[in-house]
Amino acid sequence: MIHSLFLINHTGDIILEKHWKSVIGRSVCDYFFEAKEKAVDPEDVPPVLQTPHHYLISIYKGKLFFLSVIQTEVPPLFVIEFLHRVADTIQDYFGECSEGVIKDNVVTVYELLEEMLDNGFPLATESNVLKEMIRPPTILRSVVNTLTGTPVFAEIQGVIEACVRLTGMPDLTLSFMNPRLLDDVSFHPCVRFKRWESEHVLSFIPPDGNFTLMNYHSRGHPVYVKQSISFFETGPSGRLDITIGPKQTMGKTVESLKVTIHMPKTVLNANLTASQGNYTYDLATKVLVWDIGKLNTQKLPNLRGSLSTQVGAPKPEDNPTLNIDLKIQQMAISGLKVSRLDMYGEKYKPFKGVKYLTKAGKFQVRT
Amino acid sequence: MSSSSAFNDEKGGSSSVGEPEYGHDPASGGIFSSDYKRHDDLKEMLDSNKDSLKLEAMKRIVAMIARGKNASDLFPAVVKNVACKNIEVKKLVYVYLVRYAEEQQDLALLSISTFQRGLKDPNQLIRASALRVLSSIRVTIIVPIMMLAIKEAASDMSPYVRKTAAHAIPKLYSLDPEQKDQLIEVIEKLLADKTTLVAGSVVMAFEEVCPERIDLIHKNYRKLCNLLIDVEEWGQVVIINMLTRYARTQFLNPNMNESLLEEGSGGDKTFYGSDEDEDDDEEEKDKKEEAHAMAKRKPYVMDPDHRLLLRNTKPLLQSRNAAVVMAVAQLYFHLAPKAEVGVIAKALVRLLRSHSEVQYVVLQNVATMTIKRRGMFEPYLKSFYIRSTDPTQIKVLKLEVLTNLANETNISTILREFQTYIKSMDKDFVAATIQAIGRCATNIGEVRDTCLNGLVQLLSNRDELVVAESVVVIKKLLQMQPEKHSDIIKHMAKLTDNIQVPMARASILWLIGEYCEHVPKIAPDVLRKMAKSFTNEEDIVKLQIINLAAKLYLTNSKQTKLLTQYVLNLAKYDQNYDIRDRARFIRQLIVPTEKSGALSKYAKKLFLALKPAPVLESPFKDRDHFQLGSLSHLLNAKAGGYQELPDWPEAAPDPSVRNVEVKESVPEWTKCSSREKRKEKKVEKPFYSDSEGESGPTESADSESDSASGSESGSGSEESGSGSESEESEEGSESEEEEEEEDEDEKDKKKKKKQELKKPVQESESEQSSEEERKHQRKMKQCKSDTESESEEEDSESESSHSESEDSESEVEVKKKKKAAESKPPSKPVKKESKKEKKEMSLLDLDDFEPTPSPQVTPVNTFLSNSLVTDLEGLSLSDAVLSPATIAPSSALKSYELLHRITGEGLSVEYCFSRQPFSPDANMVAVQMQFTNNATSETKNLHMEDVKLQSGMRVKEFPEIELLPAGETATAVMGIDFCDSTQAANFQLCTHTRKFFVSIQPPVGELMRPVFLTENEFKKEQGQLMGMNEITEKLTLDVKCRNEHAIVQRVTTAANLSRVPCGSDKECRFAGRTVNSSSLVLVTVATKEEGAAQLTVNCEKMVIGTMLVKDILLALTQ
Repeated sequence: MIHSLFLINHTGDIILEKHWKSVIGRSVCDYFFEAKEKAVDPEDVPPVLQTPHHYLISIYKGKLFFLSVIQTEVPPLFVIEFLHRVADTIQDYFGECSEGVIKDNVVTVYELLEEMLDNGFPLATESNVLKEMIRPPTILRSVVNTLTGTPVFAEIQGVIEACVRLTGMPDLTLSFMNPRLLDDVSFHPCVRFKRWESEHVLSFIPPDGNFTLMNYHSRGHPVYVKQSISFFETGPSGRLDITIGPKQTMGKTVESLKVTIHMPKTVLNANLTASQGNYTYDLATKVLVWDIGKLNTQKLPNLRGSLSTQVGAPKPEDNPTLNIDLKIQQMAISGLKVSRLDMYGEKYKPFKGVKYLTKAGKFQVRT
Repeated sequence: MSSSSAFNDEKGGSSSVGEPEYGHDPASGGIFSSDYKRHDDLKEMLDSNKDSLKLEAMKRIVAMIARGKNASDLFPAVVKNVACKNIEVKKLVYVYLVRYAEEQQDLALLSISTFQRGLKDPNQLIRASALRVLSSIRVTIIVPIMMLAIKEAASDMSPYVRKTAAHAIPKLYSLDPEQKDQLIEVIEKLLADKTTLVAGSVVMAFEEVCPERIDLIHKNYRKLCNLLIDVEEWGQVVIINMLTRYARTQFLNPNMNESLLEEGSGGDKTFYGSDEDEDDDEEEKDKKEEAHAMAKRKPYVMDPDHRLLLRNTKPLLQSRNAAVVMAVAQLYFHLAPKAEVGVIAKALVRLLRSHSEVQYVVLQNVATMTIKRRGMFEPYLKSFYIRSTDPTQIKVLKLEVLTNLANETNISTILREFQTYIKSMDKDFVAATIQAIGRCATNIGEVRDTCLNGLVQLLSNRDELVVAESVVVIKKLLQMQPEKHSDIIKHMAKLTDNIQVPMARASILWLIGEYCEHVPKIAPDVLRKMAKSFTNEEDIVKLQIINLAAKLYLTNSKQTKLLTQYVLNLAKYDQNYDIRDRARFIRQLIVPTEKSGALSKYAKKLFLALKPAPVLESPFKDRDHFQLGSLSHLLNAKAGGYQELPDWPEAAPDPSVRNVEVKESVPEWTKCSSREKRKEKKVEKPFYSDSEGESGPTESADSESDSASGSESGSGSEESGSGSESEESEEGSESEEEEEEEDEDEKDKKKKKKQELKKPVQESESEQSSEEERKHQRKMKQCKSDTESESEEEDSESESSHSESEDSESEVEVKKKKKAAESKPPSKPVKKESKKEKKEMSLLDLDDFEPTPSPQVTPVNTFLSNSLVTDLEGLSLSDAVLSPATIAPSSALKSYELLHRITGEGLSVEYCFSRQPFSPDANMVAVQMQFTNNATSETKNLHMEDVKLQSGMRVKEFPEIELLPAGETATAVMGIDFCDSTQAANFQLCTHTRKFFVSIQPPVGELMRPVFLTENEFKKEQGQLMGMNEITEKLTLDVKCRNEHAIVQRVTTAANLSRVPCGSDKECRFAGRTVNSSSLVLVTVATKEEGAAQLTVNCEKMVIGTMLVKDILLALTQ
């Protein structure tokens, strides 16, 4: 299945290679580099490439390319999903998945890869199983019994992330106040499908550590911020005026509010004033970032000012899109509420806790 | 300096142990030493006896490997540490070995013994890791060792070790494909494993080694379906993909009726419909087809196994693993009834919120799906809207999906969405959007004008690329109805002044040329302008200018004659030969000269022919002939190792092949309760269950008869008894069945007779369940066991003959048979033959009396002569040697099913290895086949065709059986040279109407023939077959198999060997030679106290030896 793996940084250096069958020369990556040259953005590199003798399937994560070499038919999603699992495992082991971390722990990463695949077929991909075989660099084994769920809402999409530190074989049942809100769900393999289908509760024996218990999708409207934007031009300069306001946040404060605008190429500079927060304009990438922070509902934050455009250049034909990031603590905008968590099979009393969080994932406003 | 340091280093490298500090001097190694001394410090660390130093060294080495640096020169130093006690060091050494063993094969062998030891470790994790590393070392020399290790691990107690064995199979296969046969055996064994841990891995091995052996799946199908949800995610993907293929070969198309109906009522008339209208020409044929169609239109009933698969995979749509979701989605797309496919849409849409790489793959598949099943994704239209942050390739794919989803109702929404996309800054994406608009316009007539207008507006866009793309698309659209749009053409003509993109210019010129009659005034003017700029144009534009000139010359020569001449002259001296050629060609065609040929008359027709409008098709059309979710589908090209998704079969293959376990257990249970005394025997005989689909009751009947035969015949030979006895019980059940079904059955008289005769049996067997299907099998077996049961008591004999006579025999014949049976016993002592030979004899006799009126069956004769020959041989042999004590008891010939009655549409075929020499060719194994025609009509011209064999194998076909009347049975003998391998011989069995694919696979024991050796000869030969050629196994004999007689009987049943006389009563010896190569096969069973025994097989052919050990072991322990 998966023949070899190359980890490549964004400048095109191979920082790690691993072969599960016979060794394949690095030159196979040249085809990938060629495609990478062509792509404007690293994200634009096609995930699947065909070369005369091999197929290359790659993902881009943490400013790194995980490039796998395939020789025969295999479902591409199989490989992609596995590569993401590799990246997640590295993240889980070392706290982040980056070039530096991998270079520092090259032996451990290599050993992990050895364990995760056998002859190119996944062997052990669960982080709790792997940790039994290869110890993570810091041995921090607290015996605190906690389970915290942090439903994060992004564009009507949520996840329940669990952090479980329970000894023995606890059998947990998590029930919701309003499971009907959940429209489409996917589960960690430990969850029993049957119970969910019949009773809409999550019944599972959890693995140790952090894991994503459930992904869900629920109906609802993802608009929490209203905006009034006028973006027009007169001659060589343009004007910009953006106001952000809250909308149905149920009294909770909107935090970490941030607006990102990709300006047209002709905009040379921006001269703006922000009533709250501060803004930066990157001349090279033409990205305007307005970091607002906490949203003040009394005095709505506003950003206005002029944009200087290239002299003689035609006026940009369309207005740029606004990308808005935000976070709402203590609330899951989906309205999902955890009702209770019960534990069976073990005698001790666990510590339980739940944390709700809403954040915008890909919130775009077309102007 | 340099020399001295090198000296030091070398010394340090070799002697080392006490003084590791040598290597720590970085100056000496780093600066001066040449390559081969580069790693001396590491070598010293590895040679030290401190684990910490070793670990440090190994870490540095592995880091080198990870960075792609060459560390192969350290191999000798590293391999020494393979037996290191420190687990951390050991692990890293393994990592190193796996990486470099291939390059250093000889040195790698040093480590093998460590792994072999590891394989025997009590700790399962150590066993597994030893096997893993051993199988990962790609050194051809150790293939036999790997093979043995895999086989052993496949029957390990720990499922984890068995999983590792499954993983090792493809490794060994890629190292040495010749091991395929043996590996398939291991796969078959592991497929039967019931743990979830193993399932995924073994199916993966199956897919890599023998994906074509779909027959191995039958018996495991239901188990796999039921285990699926608990298998680990990666295994799920592999299993689901394999089961999709399996289902396509075994079940009927659930949408069969729908597609037929669609065809019938669809816009384009099918030939069924049209035929009905005409109905003069080929009325008969027509009717046939009608009937055919009607038959197909019969209400479709889904096979419960098909349903099982759909039901058990559905919850996996909720898996967190995108690959699993995709696998289920493709399974539903390829296998589910139309109405049910919809469930996958939601799950696939969910995947669109995953990583962009996942989106990319999912969208490709959704794009293919939307062409066939648009409705499914329509509710999720908005999920395919494009975000400005999407990577270009995702945008283009989403566009594709949106275009596929467009219909009359949603087109306005989609077009509005497209409009916003056109403003995007990503120009490739804008171009794709314009193309998409064009496709919407061609597909949906209502919006064609709207789209066209929109596109025309784009012609005034500032961006030239947008304009160019629009021109190209407009050109395609205009071709559909040019007359209505002369104003657009005019507008475009004006654009030639501004637009510089060659493709767009060429498109405009082509348009004007093609429709110059619609714009008679403008066209010459455009040509004038173009003539002016001709030399500066791109080639593609130049070609179109020539075209335009030619077309104008033909329609409007007055105005354009000179211009055309001018253009052609310019072209004549162009640098590009294409253009020069084109100019010359066109000049000849259009300009009339004296020499101009006949063609110029047709110039107008040539140039101004009506051209069909281009069809704008999705690039994803027809991609669904690739299995969705596969790499091949994504690339739209067959990737290496891709397994085609077969078309649905016309008629469903026999569903009972999947039965065995499930069905078997049910009747057996009920029976257990009713006859408890027989219970303990039941398990022993897996014997017939393999060859028969639903043999539950039959099987137990078999085993039950064991006890009976044991006591009745007093021979103590259970297996020989079983054949005949089972038939007895079968008969009982059968007659009972018939009682129940009396109304249906016509042959009342005969039955009465029979019932009278069988009364006692019936009474004892009255609880037999009555499944009709089994009947025929039984009949078959009766015939066969008739031939085998001769040595039994007369009672059973006569009964069996009755049963055989059931259909056609007269009582006279029965009597005749009785006589025959009676006449037998006295002949025994006279002939002084071994029981086995006697069996052969009786076989012969029976054949002689074979009452089945099948005189046309010629093979019988040849068969007879064969058996005569052996008989004679046997006689001479036995005369010479055997004392009565060493009589090798006969073994019932095991019979196998070749063709099931249902699959064969009434024709059922069984075969057995008759153990006779095959006279036409001594290298062949004789296979006796018994054909029974259970159908109501006769079968003609039974013969075989299209024999597919592994290299070296040969087949001597049986003579054609010209006629097999209904209800009759015929026997024929064929010879197969298996080349001393257990590879199956595949061929087609043909009747006058049908062909059936069948295969014959020999048990290893049938690949040999008995030879006679004296004790001394045996010992001598054995002495020459030691070492690798000797395999010894310890075993505990089955309780019922502790006497010499039973052992001899079981061994000779398992393999076609003859007994070798032996002085010791603790040892039984057997000898034979393989049929093809005449390699000696020597078997020794030495018994010890309390059932302990030791089995030794000596054989030149190691493979045969190993397999034989397995078979005999099984025979003796069960």
